Amino acid sequence: MKFKRHLVSAALVAGFGCFALGAQAVTLRVANQGDALGMDPHSLNESLQLSVLGNVYEPLVTRGRDYKLTPALATEWTQTSPTTWRFKLRKGVTFHDGTPFTADDVLFSYERAKGEGSDMKSYVGQIKEAKKIDDHTVEFILNQPFPILPELFTQWHMMSKKWCETNQATRPVDRRKGIENAASFRANGTGPYRLRERQPGVRTTFVRNGNYWGKIDGNVDEVIFTPIGNDATRVAALLSGEIDVMEPVPVQDVERVKNSPKLKVLQGPELRVIFLGMDQKRDELLYSNVKGKNPFKDKRVRQAFYQAIDIEGIKTRVMRGAATPRATLLAPQIRGYAADLEKRLPFDVEAAKKLMAEAGYPNGFEVKMNCPNDRYVNDSAICQAVAANLAKINVKINLEAETKATYFPKILSRNTSFYMLGWTPSTVDAHNVLYPIMSTPGEGGRGQFNLGSYSNARVDELTAKVASETDDKKRNEMIHEALKIHQDEIGHIPLHQQALNWGAKKDIELVQWPDNGMPWKYVVVKP
Amino acid sequence: MSDTSTAPATAAVARWWNSDLVHSFRTSPVAVGAALIAFVCLFCAAFAPWVAPHNPFDLSTLELSDARLPPAWMELGSAKYPLGTDDQGRDILSAVIFGARISLVVGLASVLLSVLVGVSLGLVAGFRGGWVDAALMRLCDVMLSFPAILVALLIAGVGRALFPNATEGLAFGVLILSISLTGWVQYARTVRGSTLVERNKEYVQAARVTGVAPLRIMRRHVLPNVMGPVLVLATIQVATAIITEATLSFLGVGSPPTAPSLGTLIRIGNNYLFSGEWWITVFPGAMLVLIALSVNLLGDWLRDALNPRLR
Repeated sequence: MKFKRHLVSAALVAGFGCFALGAQAVTLRVANQGDALGMDPHSLNESLQLSVLGNVYEPLVTRGRDYKLTPALATEWTQTSPTTWRFKLRKGVTFHDGTPFTADDVLFSYERAKGEGSDMKSYVGQIKEAKKIDDHTVEFILNQPFPILPELFTQWHMMSKKWCETNQATRPVDRRKGIENAASFRANGTGPYRLRERQPGVRTTFVRNGNYWGKIDGNVDEVIFTPIGNDATRVAALLSGEIDVMEPVPVQDVERVKNSPKLKVLQGPELRVIFLGMDQKRDELLYSNVKGKNPFKDKRVRQAFYQAIDIEGIKTRVMRGAATPRATLLAPQIRGYAADLEKRLPFDVEAAKKLMAEAGYPNGFEVKMNCPNDRYVNDSAICQAVAANLAKINVKINLEAETKATYFPKILSRNTSFYMLGWTPSTVDAHNVLYPIMSTPGEGGRGQFNLGSYSNARVDELTAKVASETDDKKRNEMIHEALKIHQDEIGHIPLHQQALNWGAKKDIELVQWPDNGMPWKYVVVKP
Repeated sequence: MSDTSTAPATAAVARWWNSDLVHSFRTSPVAVGAALIAFVCLFCAAFAPWVAPHNPFDLSTLELSDARLPPAWMELGSAKYPLGTDDQGRDILSAVIFGARISLVVGLASVLLSVLVGVSLGLVAGFRGGWVDAALMRLCDVMLSFPAILVALLIAGVGRALFPNATEGLAFGVLILSISLTGWVQYARTVRGSTLVERNKEYVQAARVTGVAPLRIMRRHVLPNVMGPVLVLATIQVATAIITEATLSFLGVGSPPTAPSLGTLIRIGNNYLFSGEWWITVFPGAMLVLIALSVNLLGDWLRDALNPRLR
C-alpha cells in the first residue's frame, strides 16, 4: 500500500517535472540539405560537420560573434621564439563525462589529428613536436616559423584521452576505408552542447551543457538537427513551422521565404569558392576513354575546359544571381587576396575547340565527373550545366552526382578524374588554400585536398615561405606570385563564390559566420 | 477472278471485326479512347527522335540561357519550347517524350521478364505439385510479404553497389531486373491456380496416357489455356511497372539525371514547385498519369471482355 502511494506520487512528480521542463525548454530545430556525416571532429574536414561539432567540441582558439579570434580552451598564448609557441590552458574545464581537461588531452588530440586516417592533418602539419610543460601549459615546436598558428588551431578540436581510450576511438573514423568507431556515434567534448541522440541521416539531438565553463549567451536548451535533402520539402518544412532554421534556402525560393510574414532570410557572402579539379598526376586517367595518356596533363585541354564553361550562364540561370564568378580560388575577404588576378579567361567555345584540336583531341573524349548533390548550393545542377557546356567542345561527361556520404570518401581517396569541390579557408588566410589545395601532396597534410595532384615546384617553395614570412608586404607578394602561377597553369578551374542563404523564423536571432558556421550558443529564440 | 483471292480475306476481316472481343471493344468508348491515347503515347515514344522537336539527351544542344522558360502561351514563353524548359534549358516537351520512351521500355521489358519468370514457375509448380509446388509457393509468400517498392529498392541498391562504375545500359538493366523480380509472383500464383484446374482435365490426361513428355504438355496443352488471365494481369502490370520505375527514379535510384525518365523529371521539377515554375514537374506528371490511366483502362476492359460471366 505504502509502496503504491509512493509510486503514484513519483509518477505525479515526474509528470509535473516534464510539464515544467516542457514549458520552459527552448528547442531549436535546424535543418540542412545534408547530414553531418559523423560525430568525430578529426574524420572529415568539411564545413558542415565542423560547424555542427563546433558546438560539442572546442578548439584551443575559436572565433567570437564577430568572427574574430578569441580564446577558447587556451586562455593565452605567447611565442618564446619564432618556432616555439606556449599555450596556457583554461583551468576548471571538464568534458561532458566529467573528466577534467588537461595538457594530456591536447597532446593526445595532436597525435590523433596528425595520425593515420585523420582528415585534419593540414591543421597540425606545422607542428614538429608538442610538449607538456605542466598540466595546464603546452608548448608547440614548429618546423619553421608560422605566424598565424592560432588561426590554424580554430578547426582543431580537443578530445578526451581517457574517453577515446576507454571507447577504443584513439584513431579517427576513416570513411575512405570504411572504418567507424565509437566516435562516429557518440561524442564527449567540452563545448556548450552535448550530444544526446544520434540517428545518422535522420536526426541528431543535442542538449545544453549545464556545466559549461563559459557563458552561453543564447537561450536554447535543445537542438534538433535534421537533414532534409529535397529542396522543396525543406522549404515546406520551414514555411509550415516544422523547423526553425534551415540552410541553404534554395536560390529559387529565396523570394518566397523573404515574403513570408513569419520568416526571414539571412544572407551574406560565403568565404567558399567552388572549383573543378582534374587529375594531373596519373599517366592514364582512371575514368576516361583516352588510353595511354592523360589529357589533363596538357594545359591546352585544361584551358579548353575552362573557356568552354559559361560562367555567366551558371550565375544567372543556375544560381539566379546568388554567386560571384571568381578567377582564383580566393574570395576577396581572405588575407592575401589579389584583386588584379580577378580576371577570368573569356568564355569562348571557338577558342576552346581550337585548343582541343591543337592538343590532339579535335573529336573530344569521354571522362567521368564526380559531383556531390547535397553539399554545395545547386551543386549537381552546376555539374549538369558544365557537362552541357563541355558537350559543345565534344567532351562527353559521364556525370556521377551522388550524396556526399559516398562522394567524399571517393574523391578524398583520389578515386576520380574530374571533380567538383568547394573550399573555405578556415584561417581566413591564403595559406590555407596554397597549402592544402595547390601544393604537391606530401607529408603533414600538405596537398591533402589537392585531389588532382596539381604540382609546381615554385608554388611549393613559395607556400613554404609564405608560412613563415612575417612581413605583410613580402608575404602578399609571394602569395600573389603563387596564385599567378597556379592561375596561368590552370591548376584548377575556379567557378564562383557562393552566397550564404539561411532561412529562419523572424523571432530567432542568429550569428552567421562567413564560413557558414552556426554557433548555437549565440542563438536567442524570443518568446 | 480477283474476287476469289480477296473474298476469303474480306471474310476473315469481317469475322475478326464481328468477333466478341472486337465487338466489345468497338462498342466501348472508354476502351477506344484509352487505346487511342496509349497508341499516341506509344507512337511518340517509339519515334521520339523524329517526333520530338529537340533531343534533350544531346547535351551539346542545350542552351543554358534558355533555362526555366515558361510554356509558349505564357508571357516570356518561346515558340521554340512549346511546354517551356527546365533548369538546364531542356525542352520539356522533348524531355517528356524521351522520358516516356524510357518509362515505357522499362515498363514493358520488366513486365515481359516477370511474365516469363512467373508463368514458367507457376506452370511447373502447378503441374508438378508436391515439394516443388510447396517450395515455390512459400517463396511467393515471402516475396508478397514485402512491399514491392521496398524489394525493388533493395535490388536496385545492391545492383548499384555491385557495379559502382555501371554504364547507363547496365543501370537500366538493373532497374528492369529489380522491377521484374518483384512482379513475377502474381503471375506465378495465377498460373499455378489455373494449372491445378487444367491438369486434371481429360485432354491433359489423354496427352499423358499417350506418353507426351511433361514439358511438352505444359507448353503445348496447358499454357494456351491459362494465358487469358495472364494477359489481363500483364496489361494492368505495365502501368504498375511504369509507376514503380517512376517511383524509383523519383527516389533517385532509377534513371540518371542526364537521361531522365518521367520519374526523374518529376523529381527535378519538384524542387521548383514553390518558386512558381510548375511546368517542369506538371507536364511529366500529366504524361505519367495519362499513360498509366490509359493502360489501366485497357486492362480493365480486357478483363471484362474475357470474363465469360460478365458477357
